[in-house]
Amino acid sequence: MAEEPVVSSANDDEFKQGSEPGACRNSMLIATDSYEDIAQYLKADVCQSDVPNGKSTSVVGDADDASETSTPDQTVKCQNRVDPEETSVCSEQCTQYDRQEVSSDDSAVGDNSEETATTAVTETGQNSPKETLPDISCINRQLSSLSASDGSPHSVDTDQVCQPASSDVTEPSVTAEEYLSPELDYVHSAQWKNQDKHIFILSKAGKPIYCRYGDEDRLVTLFGVMQALVSFIQSSKDSIRYIVAGDHKFVFLVREHLILVAIAQTKESSTHLLLQLTYIYNQVLSILTLSQLGRIFNMLHNYDLRRLLSGTEKTFDNLLNVMNQDPSFFLCAVRCLPLETSVRDTVAQSIAQNAKVKDLVYAILITNHQLITLVRMKHYFLHPLDLHLIFNLVSATESFKAAESWTPICLPKFDSNGYLHAYISYLDESCDACLLLLTVDKDLFFTLSDCKRKIMEKLTKHHSLKAICESIRRGNYCISEAGIPELRHFLYKSRSTAQFTSPKFEVPYTAEEDRQRLFRLYQHLHYRIHCNSRPLKIMFTVGEYETLLGWVTSGFELYAVFGPLVTKPLAINSINKLLKWIKKEEDRLFILNSPTF
Amino acid sequence: MSNTIIEAKIVVLGMTGVGKTSIVVQYISHGNNQRINPTIGASFFTCQITLDSYNVKLQVWDTAGQERFRSMTPMYYRNANAALLVYDITSRESFEEIQSWVVVLCVVGNKSDLAAERVVPVEEAQDFAISIKAFHFETSATTRKGIEEVFLHLAKSLIFLYEANRDPNMPVYNDDINTCDMPSVNTIKGKTITLDKEDHIAQQHHAKSRCCSS
Repeated sequence: MAEEPVVSSANDDEFKQGSEPGACRNSMLIATDSYEDIAQYLKADVCQSDVPNGKSTSVVGDADDASETSTPDQTVKCQNRVDPEETSVCSEQCTQYDRQEVSSDDSAVGDNSEETATTAVTETGQNSPKETLPDISCINRQLSSLSASDGSPHSVDTDQVCQPASSDVTEPSVTAEEYLSPELDYVHSAQWKNQDKHIFILSKAGKPIYCRYGDEDRLVTLFGVMQALVSFIQSSKDSIRYIVAGDHKFVFLVREHLILVAIAQTKESSTHLLLQLTYIYNQVLSILTLSQLGRIFNMLHNYDLRRLLSGTEKTFDNLLNVMNQDPSFFLCAVRCLPLETSVRDTVAQSIAQNAKVKDLVYAILITNHQLITLVRMKHYFLHPLDLHLIFNLVSATESFKAAESWTPICLPKFDSNGYLHAYISYLDESCDACLLLLTVDKDLFFTLSDCKRKIMEKLTKHHSLKAICESIRRGNYCISEAGIPELRHFLYKSRSTAQFTSPKFEVPYTAEEDRQRLFRLYQHLHYRIHCNSRPLKIMFTVGEYETLLGWVTSGFELYAVFGPLVTKPLAINSINKLLKWIKKEEDRLFILNSPTF
Repeated sequence: MSNTIIEAKIVVLGMTGVGKTSIVVQYISHGNNQRINPTIGASFFTCQITLDSYNVKLQVWDTAGQERFRSMTPMYYRNANAALLVYDITSRESFEEIQSWVVVLCVVGNKSDLAAERVVPVEEAQDFAISIKAFHFETSATTRKGIEEVFLHLAKSLIFLYEANRDPNMPVYNDDINTCDMPSVNTIKGKTITLDKEDHIAQQHHAKSRCCSS
């Protein structure tokens, strides 16, 4: 009981802001975006673009928080039960609205209705209109049949999903056989419905743009439903945020020209899903820029954006895969390649001295989603969100390995309306490090190619290239290096530099499914600590397989995993040791100063 | 005796998925990559061909075929000495699209290993090539058939061009050429020099030759 105050007071003294492990030494390296800032950014955007009166209440946050206060272990147990709190926290009208939905659900779905309670949460939650109820019942029927698959898998009925046109959905005249033609199979199969997470991108006019699984042309009806849901709520000057139906969450991100929808049964919080949608939206902007999107859709309301995005499916697929296993996305932080300070400084110097080119904004050396070094133009910072898009572009594009490349790229946090031009080249065939030189001048390719040659000469001369390759080959460090036997794994984020570090996954997290489980636990811990209505400073939870400890101060965030039998004093003692170890290693694990050209 | 060095810039154009990168990668690194990801922006390759007393250094811009990169293409063919127009013999659309380009040195029909699915007849492509005074090849980036010939031919014609001019500044494509906006050859400024009667090679000659260095 008494440990918690002890830990905070003892360590608040020891690690005042600015002296915690990994605190930046001079001006900030990347950006100092805390999770709260991002949350604010998400919220602000939604309000700005969608709710004309800009009045949003905290209904959403509360409902979300209340529904997710159960520990992951409890959640597993009550899989099929909808938390009654979910509905009770919503505003009165909202609840009423839900009941109507549920009742219409009854008539439509029959068997599954007991397990499929649906909760819709909107921006204001106050103006839920009742007069257009029949529309909702059609929509709801489709939604519920989609979510019905998990509630009672044996009773999945294909004909309920594949309604041909929204106008005659309520007509039971269509027989199942009509929909069971072979080419329609996959998108209406149980396998498709049971995918953990579906992501859809559609235009404001409801035209399909991207879906994670299956062929979007076969899902036109479903896209229509999503568009209808969004515009239905919008017609009452409100904005839909998410719907909870059984185990499924339907999260909506509505932007000026696009609608993004995540349908997940992964038990991730809606905040995390919304953040993922934001990354995907930024990925679209990164390819096309906001101004181009605006120009296209203002000219042609129902333009098929897939024409312009052709060939980029892999980039989206890759981003979604990585977001499902890399904590850097929800932490909004960047991982650095562990490297001796002297080596890193030499690399940064070599780049800064040999790339003195007018209009060169950033020089970035990366490897496999890790930052090696970053040299920037004075007064310009690179936001972690943008850096993740760069990581993703490089890891999703094999062709960069074959030759030097020159491509326009938009970094939405830097400037969502314009392109930077990127010179992209791997350092060496033997080395997995990729150099990016970003400029605003589109004619600089040969100049930058020349810079790269000079940088390479310097790196080879100083043996830095060898050191980088060596570090890449060695991979991440082992937890045993910290010398804390009780500790299994941890994530440590330095908030002032937006960088984080974590050891490699070892026993018992070597199997893919265990790693996935650990990832979800971290997500849950992160969500609980940052939840809007009741943010926590320290959280200690004991689960069946492990004990989790999360601790957030103004300078850092720490998430640690212990064995299930660890006691509180032992855990706290361990993280104190861990912080000392990180402090000792900070020069190797973080980039603490930020060179400029 | 040291060889004369000729530096030339080549741009590879064509619709997405016809196999532009495959051809270049197959030629330069003998990489038999079955499924190369779509090119992002443009990739830059260099290679060297020694022919007689000449060292021909080719700088190849392999462009992305997707529509969204179209606005960037002028950047690559500006200052180029030669262009490869690549189409897919199993795709009529890809052949029709290259016809909107009017400045050509070589028309290349790729995927000749898929002759069973051919929809663009050899004769038709040859006729088109002749009509724009270009040369026609068919290649297969999968089996490497015909690829060597394309680049050898390029090198030969570049040497020919060099000898005809004796000017280190090779003729380059005009800045003004554009894709779909250019309906006919007439809209291009500058004169056309026929290099080789047998080969039907034509090269647009900018009245004021520009230096090929960037």
